[in-house]
Amino acid sequence: MEFVLSAAIGILAASGAWLLMRPRTFQVIVGLCLLSYAVNLFIFSMGRLTVGAPAVMPRGGFVNPDAYADPIPQALVLTAIVISFATTALFLVVMIAARGFSGTDHVDGQERNR
Amino acid sequence: MTVTPEHLLIAPILIPFFAGALMLLYGDEKQRKARLTLSFGSAFALLLVAFELLERASQSPMAEGGAMGFYLLGDWAAPYGIVLVLDRLSAMMLLLVALLALPALIYSLAGWQRQGQHFHALFQFLLMGLNGAFLTGDLFNLFVFFEVLLAASYGLLLHGSGPVRARAGLHYIAVNLTASLMFLIGVSLIYGVTGTLNMAHLTGLIPDLPEADRPLLHAGGAILALAFLVKAGMWPLSFWLPTAYMAGAPPVAAIFAILTKVGVYAVLRLSMLMFGPGAGPSVGVGAEVLMTGGMLTVLFGLLGVLGSQALGRMAGHLVLISSGTVLAVVGFALAGAGPAMLAGGLYYLMASTLASSALFLLIEPMSREDGDIAAMLALTADAYGIEDLQEDEDAGASLAIPTSLAMLSLCFAGCLLVLSGMPPLAGFVGKVAILSGLLTDGGLSVSQDWSWIFMAVLLASGLATLIGLVRVGVQVFWTTESTAQRVWALEVGPAVGLLLIVVAMTVRAEDVLRYMEATSRALHSPPVYTTGVGLAPRISDQPPEDTP
Repeated sequence: MEFVLSAAIGILAASGAWLLMRPRTFQVIVGLCLLSYAVNLFIFSMGRLTVGAPAVMPRGGFVNPDAYADPIPQALVLTAIVISFATTALFLVVMIAARGFSGTDHVDGQERNR
Repeated sequence: MTVTPEHLLIAPILIPFFAGALMLLYGDEKQRKARLTLSFGSAFALLLVAFELLERASQSPMAEGGAMGFYLLGDWAAPYGIVLVLDRLSAMMLLLVALLALPALIYSLAGWQRQGQHFHALFQFLLMGLNGAFLTGDLFNLFVFFEVLLAASYGLLLHGSGPVRARAGLHYIAVNLTASLMFLIGVSLIYGVTGTLNMAHLTGLIPDLPEADRPLLHAGGAILALAFLVKAGMWPLSFWLPTAYMAGAPPVAAIFAILTKVGVYAVLRLSMLMFGPGAGPSVGVGAEVLMTGGMLTVLFGLLGVLGSQALGRMAGHLVLISSGTVLAVVGFALAGAGPAMLAGGLYYLMASTLASSALFLLIEPMSREDGDIAAMLALTADAYGIEDLQEDEDAGASLAIPTSLAMLSLCFAGCLLVLSGMPPLAGFVGKVAILSGLLTDGGLSVSQDWSWIFMAVLLASGLATLIGLVRVGVQVFWTTESTAQRVWALEVGPAVGLLLIVVAMTVRAEDVLRYMEATSRALHSPPVYTTGVGLAPRISDQPPEDTP
């Protein structure tokens, strides 16, 4: 499981980083999305991988923490997803505005002279 | 729960939050007065709160666990819940934010606020994010406040719209979104290694970390620092900065002057806590990177200042010089240069931020004749009848040409003196304090070569700033032919105010430096912070006196 997850994170991050450096705004935003997926999975994995372990502990009495997943990374991932979703949406708006102003979808607002 | 003075600690976050949220209800152009009242009310309240908190912080004893201010959100005990921490450094930064906010708001009255929607609401949210970032004692909470201030800054940078801003905004947002992802990776790595997000708790855990985990922690710290250094504009990460700052509307650029300092603040706070004295084998991690990076930033800024044609771009590079200098000082402090140098660095940070903010406010009135912006502004002025307002102003409003020109040039000269570090203003005091700290035993113990290189870089940057700014000054004020510059008191006033603060800092230099010295000593002994946060009392643990 560890290998599959780390490979998934690695592939997502690598594709995201590559797309981020492309000259088209659409590629940049897809790259940012992929990168943020990779980062979210990464945060999740920092709580250690467990199978079938609930994150919420019952109230009272002795609780064996080994039987439960770490709830904090899950909470962090939720926050991170919301924030990155919102900022990416904002970025999309700016991108469309820039497209409207410059008439091209190049990130510099003009095609490179060939 | 009764409202006690303790709750004042969260006021710098709540005041702008509610002001900004309420303002959204007054979206109509006709309700501008209500928005303005809210906006200025909030800024004044922030200033008062900042002074009160500074007073409190400066009286806190230096002993271990000395009474710094704490605020346990939801009354959860310290390492588990989120805690807000007020110490000397954060109180100082809060005051700086409040001092910058008011002049920028006043300046925005001169027409800029109406060039787009929701200027004041975004401005308040930016203040909320800034104050939150300076107060929080929790890593992930720091991320959240960073996002709040960044989201607001995206909107503000685009305020006024136009192709230049859209393009600069596109780059700015892309760079900062990537930096935020780095931030998350760093935070989660640190959490994965230590199992905590509380800064104080983290500091306590680092010395006893198993050797095998240490490289991972350092990697986490480095990735986290990358996110902050993008904001602080350290050299290889700073190419977006001058363009973005130049594109922003003047009041926006004026408050943006502190955004780089948020990055510097985060680097300073976290590196002194995590890798400062008492961190066991991790002492001084990253010091060389900060020293080299800071100096390279100064050099890059220096070349930029000499090479720029327009004042806007030059001001962007001056911001780089200022943050690079402070970063290098932080690097030296981390390498063990002693508290005196860091105290000078903090003083310089205050002075240079105020001065660069004032400079951003001066750029537009100074280059009014360049057309473009002037035409646009005149248009807005006519459309909204600013003429009336201008006549309401007292003597300083629309004076004969020489006076307005004289005011502008005086302000410009003030900025020049501070930024280039010439006597008699605060920039000089700051640089002398840095250099004299560098030449003490502590400073020289780091490495003789480094010290000399830094000294040369610092002095050269002063010279370059002087040359660059004087060249612009001569062009604008000396060889100018046209006489038709009209400058309103609303535009020069804020810059004058900012410079008066700098003058006050110079006159009371001893008191201010003493405060910085205490700040710096507190930063050099992480136990003060750690023990304090660890002992932060819960309200429910205290004897119930007046619980409702």
